[in-house]
Amino acid sequence: MKNKVGIILNGLIKENPTFVLVLGMCPTLATTTSAINGIGMGLATAFVLIFSNMVISLIKNLVPDNVRIPSFIVVIATFVTILELVMQAYLPALHESLGLFIPLIVVNCIVLGRAEAFASKNSVLDSALDGIGMGLGFTFALGLLGMIRELLGAGTLFGLQIIPEDYGMLMFILAPGAFVSLAYLIAIVNRIRKVS
Amino acid sequence: MKKLESSFKNMVLVLGSISIVAAAALGWINELTSEPIRLAAIARQEKAIRMVSPEFDNQPVEEQFELIDYEGNSLICFPVKKEGKLLGVAIETFSMKGFNGEVRLMLGLKPDGSINNYEVLKQSETPGLGTQMTYWFKTDKNNQSILNKDPGKDKVWVDKDGGDIDAITAATITSRAFLDAVDRAYRAYMEHGGTVVDVVTTATIEEKEAQK
Repeated sequence: MKNKVGIILNGLIKENPTFVLVLGMCPTLATTTSAINGIGMGLATAFVLIFSNMVISLIKNLVPDNVRIPSFIVVIATFVTILELVMQAYLPALHESLGLFIPLIVVNCIVLGRAEAFASKNSVLDSALDGIGMGLGFTFALGLLGMIRELLGAGTLFGLQIIPEDYGMLMFILAPGAFVSLAYLIAIVNRIRKVS
Repeated sequence: MKKLESSFKNMVLVLGSISIVAAAALGWINELTSEPIRLAAIARQEKAIRMVSPEFDNQPVEEQFELIDYEGNSLICFPVKKEGKLLGVAIETFSMKGFNGEVRLMLGLKPDGSINNYEVLKQSETPGLGTQMTYWFKTDKNNQSILNKDPGKDKVWVDKDGGDIDAITAATITSRAFLDAVDRAYRAYMEHGGTVVDVVTTATIEEKEAQK
């Protein structure tokens, strides 16, 4: 049991995809202009991670080594397309604001990375847990980054005005703010990891 | 269970069957979601039309027709009516001159062509600068507002180009793109003429053609 919790915590903290593995930087930097967008992108990626991990773990013995990468990509692309259709139907506003980054989950290296490094070697349950852990870790990182950027850039949190708008530092909404905030967050996380 | 060997037959079979299963799953999901997606798109259009029009009781999305702009592109026009009387039109218009490409608006015009209201549908302008266009041009401050202006009489272009409208501070290109989209819709509506001339009978172009 402890081991199962360990798999989830591994993705959430010890091997957090954004802060520790530093994978999937493109959506991390581009979609975290607000807390909602960051969390939405994180959850979308988590959905794909969990299901693709499960299916890949399920078929790992049926797939000959030489065609494993194309097989994994087909599985991942299928789940991304399902996600996109469902979002278009039921969450059109979020789909609109994340735009191109939803189809780009296919090439997000976390998803293929976990498929290759974890799901193709472990049981279905463990792979699902790994997907949950990594997905939540990614969501947590993107949500945090989105909150920081939204608060500093626009003075709002989840759309609620916290600081008067005039004090917002526009830079944090733009690309440089993404790099600066992410760098500070990674520095803080590294510091904490060293101490513990 | 032992891993399958990488023989040619195995590879073709496995990759082929994975693709077939994936295709079937996608086909099924597509079947399930195509209706909600269509409804969501209509709901979005209707919401935008409601934002830019006075209260109406017809079905603008069902009565939509096409306008041709000065560059030959087609714009969708939604007539807005109450008790059969034409109150105005909502036109989905665009400009490609934005700072980051396309800007799409829903523009509400009164039957005489003056501007009722607008709603930005799609833009990728600079956050905090160009994105202010979502409210800038309807804020009644200095010469910002385009509401109730008649592009036929008033100079609805930015002050830097000699017009009457204050451009968004530090986002003149976005402002030009916005007003380009407005101008595009206005000119298409006026040139098309059908609904303007027929305000009294409220005949749309199809009806007018049918009368001929």
